[in-house]
Amino acid sequence: MDIPYIVDERPDTGLTNVKLGIWLFLASEVMLFGALFSSYVLLRLMAPEWPVGSEVLNVPMGTFNTAVLIGSSVTMVFAYASLQMDDLAGFKKFMGATIVLSLVFMVVKGFEYTHEFQIGNFPWTNTYLAIYFTMTGLHALHIIGGVIVNAYFLGPGSKMWATNKTQFTNRIEAAGLYWHFVDLVWIFLFPVLYLL
Amino acid sequence: MSENVQHHIAIYKKVAAALAVLTVLTVAVSYIDFGVALGIIVALIIAATKGSLVLSFFMHLLDEKKSVPLSRNGIGLIIGSLIITALFFLVIIFVPLMGHADRVGDYYTLPNADAPTVETPPAH
Repeated sequence: MDIPYIVDERPDTGLTNVKLGIWLFLASEVMLFGALFSSYVLLRLMAPEWPVGSEVLNVPMGTFNTAVLIGSSVTMVFAYASLQMDDLAGFKKFMGATIVLSLVFMVVKGFEYTHEFQIGNFPWTNTYLAIYFTMTGLHALHIIGGVIVNAYFLGPGSKMWATNKTQFTNRIEAAGLYWHFVDLVWIFLFPVLYLL
Repeated sequence: MSENVQHHIAIYKKVAAALAVLTVLTVAVSYIDFGVALGIIVALIIAATKGSLVLSFFMHLLDEKKSVPLSRNGIGLIIGSLIITALFFLVIIFVPLMGHADRVGDYYTLPNADAPTVETPPAH
């Protein structure tokens, strides 16, 4: 059985089920990351000592990654806008750029983690590093998930463009909403963990 | 349709520029010594500004106000669910803060690998 209202908007909600579904999923994601931010507040308030993030982590690398991730969000909206303008080649160009920027983010994150491990900073070293690795680790898993989905839509998934343009555009909108959410989480993670 | 998209693209470019400026600002203000409390407030205000730009324009939240049967005063299902989510989010953020402010009864410090040992004052 097909899922109803994935192409046309449902008259009473004014939304496709795709869009309502992804927003409800993102709302649950807010609570998932919210619980970790809440844990961060609790752990920091209860800790007798808390290191300054900029003295432990590499702020230039974190800033670079922030710019990379925001850049990938920008290319993602351009990918979506390309489809709205009936431009599949433009979509592929911008979606490809989004995936490349996501991978750059992961490589930089890999260098940061490797450096921390080399100088003996592990998740069990102290509470600050525990919450740092937990939050950035969960965020990195979200990046990996986004890359897999985006790569599918760039590759085999884009065949749908030939058969159902509207449905494919709706899928990209949903993937984009997820991707902007991942960017949004990082916008808060970066100052909280690196700067404060 | 296409003209509408062109209009959106112009906005995306402006938002991208604003996010770049605010990212630089985030790092720049971290070098100013505001003290811990004010520093946190300033950093969170900048982050919230960036976040609302992403939500409003990249995630098109401003366009989600539609007059349909299941909406009240432009608050449709998406904005409605997000308002409820935001309320729950505030609760889970403020619970530890309120717990910390509460000084009634015994006060415990969580075990912390980095923590210096707290010496018990000698009993008189």
